[in-house]
Amino acid sequence: MMTGLRESCCVTGVGETEYTRGSGRSVAALQMEAALRAIADAGLQPGDIDGVIPYGNMEMVAEEFITNLGIEDLRFSAVTPLGGASAVAAIQAATSAIVAGAANHVLIPIGRNGYSGPRIGGRAQAIPQFRVFGEYEMPSGNIAPAQLYAPMARRHMELYGTTSRQFAEIAVTMRNHAMLNDNAVMKKPLTVEDHQNSRMISDPLRLFDCCLESDGAAAVIISGAERAKDLARRPIYIMGVAEGHPDSPSAISQRPDLTKIGLAKAAPRAFAMAGIGHEAIDVAEVYDCFTYTVLCQLEDLGFCQKGEGGDFVSGGRIALGGELPINTHGGLLSQSHIIGMNHVCELVKQLRGDGGKAQVADAEIGLVTGYGDLGDGSIAIMRN
Amino acid sequence: MTAATYDKPLPPPNEESRPFWEAMKEHRLVLQKCGACGKVRHYPRPVCDACFSMDTEWMEASGKGQVHSWTISHHAFHPGFKGDLPLVLVIVDLDEGVRMCAQARDLDPEGLRIGLPVRVDFEDATDDLTLPVIRPA
Ligand SMILES: [Zn+2]
Repeated sequence: MMTGLRESCCVTGVGETEYTRGSGRSVAALQMEAALRAIADAGLQPGDIDGVIPYGNMEMVAEEFITNLGIEDLRFSAVTPLGGASAVAAIQAATSAIVAGAANHVLIPIGRNGYSGPRIGGRAQAIPQFRVFGEYEMPSGNIAPAQLYAPMARRHMELYGTTSRQFAEIAVTMRNHAMLNDNAVMKKPLTVEDHQNSRMISDPLRLFDCCLESDGAAAVIISGAERAKDLARRPIYIMGVAEGHPDSPSAISQRPDLTKIGLAKAAPRAFAMAGIGHEAIDVAEVYDCFTYTVLCQLEDLGFCQKGEGGDFVSGGRIALGGELPINTHGGLLSQSHIIGMNHVCELVKQLRGDGGKAQVADAEIGLVTGYGDLGDGSIAIMRN
Repeated sequence: MTAATYDKPLPPPNEESRPFWEAMKEHRLVLQKCGACGKVRHYPRPVCDACFSMDTEWMEASGKGQVHSWTISHHAFHPGFKGDLPLVLVIVDLDEGVRMCAQARDLDPEGLRIGLPVRVDFEDATDDLTLPVIRPA
């Protein structure tokens, strides 16, 4: 069995800002605050950081961290431009670099003014990952993720009988979890009927199928397992980590199977590296840019067969107290859209026993996923 | 309409794709075909992924196909499309074995289903740009 990077590195620090709609602060300030909190959480000094992986599609670059944090000798930098899969893909990059001896403590910061900052809108054609559909589909009005992913959801519904009420179950569960979280943007209860009555954005996706736009930043520190033992917090071991790219990653319309994404390739690698089965997972933080993407990822993770995701998310199974609690923080749908780094932080908190009112009892092993751009996937499995 | 007053995203054609857009202007749908093994590919690109030949030909497509999936957008994500809502976007399996995505014309959204026979038609957007649209077969 391929063990690869198994338990060679740990998450040693996490840091999050307040999540808001309207931060009144620069993206740089948000990211630096999250980074400083993560460094302090680990019991490190800023100068101990010798690797950084900034988010690929944003103005913040490695140089900014050197300057602000007074890093004298940054030995490793990289970017993992996989959209919403970037944060977890960066854990694989950081782990690889540490095992290779290129760095000791790698900082992975992500932050944005997703609510108060500029919308991506018309600039989307300039993103290299979007060049192909940008040329052939954007001129016809196929512009935004809600529109791009809707035909994936529609085909799933047509082939497998998946329903909008099953999507609602996901939205409602995320909201219930957010209401237990002091650092969540959405605080009002949401019902299945609220979801069903919300306006259609791009059929079959309604308003409450779509994630929030919000402001804030989150960061983690990845350190080698030996060094992690001497730091401030209980180390959270990275058992398995992987990224995966879907077929036809540049155009969803050309994908042989519209219902299959890159995570389907990454998940078996991560589970094999971790050396565990699905029954060992106590809690899962699953990238939820849309309700449907959660359902699809649960299938591609292997928790159920393709087509069974609708049944899987029903009946309280993914709620706290259920068989597989998902997005205990409220996710992108109801906590905040920090491009999935909030999911990484939440998994670490759960495995430390710092989950607050949303703590999963005796959580020992959990996973976090990323989903980005046109179907890129990433996964990390961790234990305490 | 001239390009100066057109307020929607324009395709930025490159060396690989210019023949596709030039044919569109003549209301013809053309697809790339590998000059070595004959595999049809779309969207246009320089290499055949079956045999790695860069020898490329262009073929006339039938314009016939079937609905693979769709969405009906009620929100304009670009100001240029505000007047066009709701936008019915259809992904079509072309008879040649590749897909395309374009707006529907005269297709009842309620009647959309996988496998519905459709055909590709053409609409002049500007003097320099013709876009494909999808009509009932
Ligand atoms: Zn060929």
